[in-house]
Amino acid sequence: MKRRNFVKKTVLSSIATLIGVDIVFGTTMPNGYQPIILQDPDPYKMFNKDKGMEVLNDRPWNIEAKAHLLDDKITPNKFMFIRNNGLIPENIESKTWTLTIDGESVKQQKTYTLADLKSKFTEYTYQLTLECGGNGRSEFDPPAKGNQWTVGAVSCAQWTGVRLRDILEDTGIKDNAVYIGYHAADTHLSGDQKKEPISRGVPMSKALQDETLLAYKMNGEDIPLAHGYPLRLVAGGWPASVSGKWVNRISIRNKIHDGTKMTGTAYRIPCESIVPGEKVKDEDMCIIESMPVKSLITYPKSGAMIDQGKKLDIRGHAWAGELEVTKMEYSIDFGATWKECPIEKPVNRLAWQHFSASVDFPKKGYYEVWAKATDSKGTSQPMILPGWNPKGYLNNACHRIAIKVK
Amino acid sequence: MDGQEQFRKQVRTIYRLLVVVFTMVGLITVVGIYMITDPTLSAFKKVETDLEYTIVQKEDEDEDKIENGIHVRTGLIDAEGLMTVVNNCTTCHSSKLVTQNRMDKERWIATIRWMQETQNLWNLGDNEEIIVNYLVKNYPSYKKGRREILTNIEWYDLQE
Repeated sequence: MKRRNFVKKTVLSSIATLIGVDIVFGTTMPNGYQPIILQDPDPYKMFNKDKGMEVLNDRPWNIEAKAHLLDDKITPNKFMFIRNNGLIPENIESKTWTLTIDGESVKQQKTYTLADLKSKFTEYTYQLTLECGGNGRSEFDPPAKGNQWTVGAVSCAQWTGVRLRDILEDTGIKDNAVYIGYHAADTHLSGDQKKEPISRGVPMSKALQDETLLAYKMNGEDIPLAHGYPLRLVAGGWPASVSGKWVNRISIRNKIHDGTKMTGTAYRIPCESIVPGEKVKDEDMCIIESMPVKSLITYPKSGAMIDQGKKLDIRGHAWAGELEVTKMEYSIDFGATWKECPIEKPVNRLAWQHFSASVDFPKKGYYEVWAKATDSKGTSQPMILPGWNPKGYLNNACHRIAIKVK
Repeated sequence: MDGQEQFRKQVRTIYRLLVVVFTMVGLITVVGIYMITDPTLSAFKKVETDLEYTIVQKEDEDEDKIENGIHVRTGLIDAEGLMTVVNNCTTCHSSKLVTQNRMDKERWIATIRWMQETQNLWNLGDNEEIIVNYLVKNYPSYKKGRREILTNIEWYDLQE
């Protein structure tokens, strides 16, 4: 008995000293540290984003990458830009989540659970380029209002799901169908329950493409909440706003979808080019469809200094909306001369393609390496800003990095 | 009896010895862990005074503190009309949407109208002039031309 007591006592005293550790830390806690629950939400932790990402806006959340962060062939979540129009939905229950197909041009309105989608339809995986229509907006002059994206509102992740076409065909599509429009669970910034933050769509021809998915996985895992968990429409090569997140309803329309951010000037450019700064009537604005040809040097990071006589290996990605990139060039003399470099075929249609080159510099000094992609129709990226438009969309001007040769 | 008493004594001695040893080990562990997490012993420097100071200050300081001409909470420039802008322009959206933009008077007003027509922004009344003046003065449009030079380059040696 006593022996047991003795053991118990000593064990307890060592536990007490262990508890003492907590007390010591407890007294120091208020000095500089705030318990996590009292801190402002840390977007990097909340969304699992790399610390190098740039927060442009915190209500709604808008976060972009930088060119050198996008070096991976398949963009991981931590480097993937976030563009939100409203507030991220809360308390999502994937078990009870449903997708309803309705609209004027649906033959038979139907509702599917996620389990229905996964069990009744064939699963496909594609790597799809998603670029915000406003990527590059910060360069426009006169300036365009909105989030001032630089170069990092683009990603190319792997999306897994079912074809939108298979589901639309399951419900039946009337002959008068023109467009589809998505509806989602996010809420308007003003808190107005009747307002949708965004509800965009695509013409039937795009909706019925093989690569247009209703995705439930990104890079092999559940889609991260900020990117549309549990269900996202993914239409690669078009402004990423078309790829609706948290989708719970898709309407087959007998006219061009007129949801929020389909009308007025949103995701539209002047049908005919205009003088920079000129006003345009709403009816003279046309909806953006395929994104233009573009490229990004993702290695090295801008600002590299190298020794004279050394070659500089560069690499990056190029994409061209609905088209393919067929030629890739770079220049170290501000476009006076261009050298062609190899460009890989895309892993599937609408995925970005990779280029690389080994660059020689003739002498010491300051250089800029400029990259220029050309699409399958022979259209190249401009070196200067493309046509000005009131909302600052479609800036596909050549990307460049600064290099010093010592 | 005697043998039992002696045994008891021995146990007591071992017990005391063990207590001392355990306490020493415990103390070394505590100090060790503490030194790893706080090698500068910062927590022992004026803990008490700091504690009260921060708690009292926080309440009224956090709200509208100005540092280097910037309203800390929102990042907006401290100038005439600041609080009108804070109260009207940061309720629905982030102040970052203001600070990252540069517009002339006409476009700032157009932005307000767009928010009133589509985003449930209320009628600003007399405050509109105060807000627009603040925006045009502190967040004006500037000429960028058709392509700007590269700025803010962080130079580094590229090792391969």
